[in-house]
Amino acid sequence: MGLIRKNSAPETPATEKRSRTRSCDSLQQQLEDASPVARRWAARDLLDCPQAVPALVARLATETDMSVREVVLTTLTRLGNEAAVNGLMACLQSQDAALRNEAIVCMQQLPQEVAPIMQQLLASPQPDLRIFAVNILESLCHPDVESWLIQVISQDEHVNVCAAALDLLAEVGTVRAQAAITQVRSRFADEPYIQFAADLAFMRVTESRSRNDKIVD
Amino acid sequence: MTKLSISEDDFEKFREFFYRKTGIHFEHSKRYFVDKRLIERIETTGYSAFREYFSFVRFQASGEELQVLTNLMTVNETYFFREDYQFHCLVRSILPEILLHHRQRDPIRIWVIPSSTGEEAYSIAMSLLECWPQISDWDVEIISSDIDTQVLHTARQGHFSARSVAQMPAMYLQKYFERQQGGYQICDALREAVEFTRVNLSDREDTRAYRNFDVIFCRNLLIYFDDVSRKAAAETFYDALKPGGFVLLGHSESMSRISALYKVRKFPDAIVYQKPREA
Amino acid sequence: MKRILIVDDAATVRLYHRTILTEQGYQVDEAMNGIEALEKLLCGAYDVLLVDVNMPKLDGYGFLREMRSNLQIHQAPAIMVSTEADQEDKEQAFAAGANDYLVKPVKPEQLLLHVRLLLGAD
Repeated sequence: MGLIRKNSAPETPATEKRSRTRSCDSLQQQLEDASPVARRWAARDLLDCPQAVPALVARLATETDMSVREVVLTTLTRLGNEAAVNGLMACLQSQDAALRNEAIVCMQQLPQEVAPIMQQLLASPQPDLRIFAVNILESLCHPDVESWLIQVISQDEHVNVCAAALDLLAEVGTVRAQAAITQVRSRFADEPYIQFAADLAFMRVTESRSRNDKIVD
Repeated sequence: MTKLSISEDDFEKFREFFYRKTGIHFEHSKRYFVDKRLIERIETTGYSAFREYFSFVRFQASGEELQVLTNLMTVNETYFFREDYQFHCLVRSILPEILLHHRQRDPIRIWVIPSSTGEEAYSIAMSLLECWPQISDWDVEIISSDIDTQVLHTARQGHFSARSVAQMPAMYLQKYFERQQGGYQICDALREAVEFTRVNLSDREDTRAYRNFDVIFCRNLLIYFDDVSRKAAAETFYDALKPGGFVLLGHSESMSRISALYKVRKFPDAIVYQKPREA
Repeated sequence: MKRILIVDDAATVRLYHRTILTEQGYQVDEAMNGIEALEKLLCGAYDVLLVDVNMPKLDGYGFLREMRSNLQIHQAPAIMVSTEADQEDKEQAFAAGANDYLVKPVKPEQLLLHVRLLLGAD
C-alpha cells in the first residue's frame, strides 16, 4: 500500500479503440445509445463529421442528460458551420430556459457565422428573441456591435430589449451612442430603470472617443 | 505625452468584463495593481487612452491581448506547497469522503494537470505521506501531465531551485530532499511515486485514455483558455472522473464561469467541484 | 441588517437593484449566474433572493430547483425577476421554487414592496 506507479501511460480501452474507427454514421447512431458516457463520446468524436450537424441538433431536442447536451453544444460550436448556427438559432425558440441560454453562449463564440443573421434576429417579431440577440452581441467580437446596439435603442419599441442594449452599451459604447442614449431615455421617460440605465451608459460612453475620431485627429 | 489614468468608471467596466471572461475578480483594494498593469499595456500597444485600448481588447477576435492581460494580472509561478490549503482539503475532507464509496482493491487515482516542473504533484505526494495516515491501507496513483515535454523532463529529474522549495516546511526538505549544487534534489522514492505523462488537454486522442480518476487538480490553467476550450476541458474532466470525483481549480478560478456539470462543494479548507455521484 | 442576494447577468440590473436596496439600508451581494449564486449560498445566508431568468451556465429556474432540492445550502425566499409577463412563465417560476414574481423593468417602490412582503412573511 502507499504511492504506486503503473509505469505506463494509460491506455484506451480496447473496445473503444475498435469503436474509434467507427464511421460518422455509426457515431451518429451512438448518439442514441442508452449509456450517457457513450453518447458523450459520440458527440465529442462527431467533431470530425461536419455533416452530422442535423443529427446533433435533433439530439438536443430530446436529450435530457445535461452532460451529454453540453458536449453536443460544444461540438456544434466548434463545427460552427451554417447548419450549426441554424440549429442553435432553433434552440432560441425552445421552451427550455437552460437550452436557450446554452445556445446563446454558443452563438457568442461564433461572430463571423452569426453576424449575417444578426439583423434578422434583431428584427424578430418576438421581443424575447430580440433580447437574446442583444445577449449574443455581448461576447461577439465584431466591429458592428456598437452600430447594432445604437440601432436597437433607436428603434426597438420593447422596453426590455432597449434595457438589454443599454446594459451592453455601458460597457462597449463610445460617444457615437450618446445621441441615441439621450433619445431612448426620453422615449421611456416613465420607466425608472431606463432612466437609470441610460444615465449610466451615457456617463460611461462620455469622454470615450471612437477609433474614427482618432483617425480624424 | 499626457499622463494616462484609469477612471473609476473605466475600472468598473474593465473589472466586469475581465471577471466575465476569466472568473478573476478584483477587489477595490487591488485598484492600484490593476491600473498599473493596464496603463503599461495601453502604452505598449500604442493606444492613447483606456477606452480605445479597452475596445481593442474587447473586440479582438483572436483574444491575444486578453491573454497578455491575464498573464500580467496573475502571478503564475509554481513552487512547492503553493495554495497548500487545497492539499489540506484533500487529506482532511476529500479523501475521507472518497473512501466512503471506494473499493479496497482499487487504487485512488489523482491527476495533476498541468504538471509543469512537478512541484504540485510532489507536494501532493508528500502531503499524503505525511498527513494522511490511511496511506498505509490504500494504493494511491498520482499522474502528472503537461503538454510541454521539457518541463516533464525537469519534473522527472527532480532537481529544484532554492526559491521553489522556500515555502516548504523544513521537515519535508530534510526528509525528502538532498542539498545539491544550485538547489535541491528530490529523493528517488518520490520520483518513482509520480508518473509524468505528456498530454494536450485539448486533444481528444490524448485525453481519451484518462479515466477513473478520483481527484483532478487543474489549477491556473483554464484561465488561459478561450471560452469553448475551457468548457471542453471541463467536459473532458467529467469523463476522466469517477462518479463522485472531485476537481480542484486555482484560487482565483471558479467553475461557475465554465460549466454547470459539477456540484459545488464547500469544505472547511476550500470550495471544490464534484461530478454527481449518480452520473 | 437584512441581506439580499441579486442574481443577474446584467451589470446594470445588478447596480440598479443594489442602488435601490442599499438606500433603504439593506445589505446587498451579487452573483452573475445560478452557479455563482449557489456558491454564495454555500458560504452564507440571505434573507431574500432576486433571481433573473435567463443567465449563462445556470439559469434562474435551474438555480431555484437546485437550491430547493439541496438542503445543505442556505435557503431563502426568492423573487423571480423576469422579462416575461405570461401566466405560464409565472407558473414555471413558482414550480421551480420561487416565492414571488416581478416583471422587468421593475419600479423602485414595487421592488421594495415585494422585498418587504417577503421579509415580513419570513
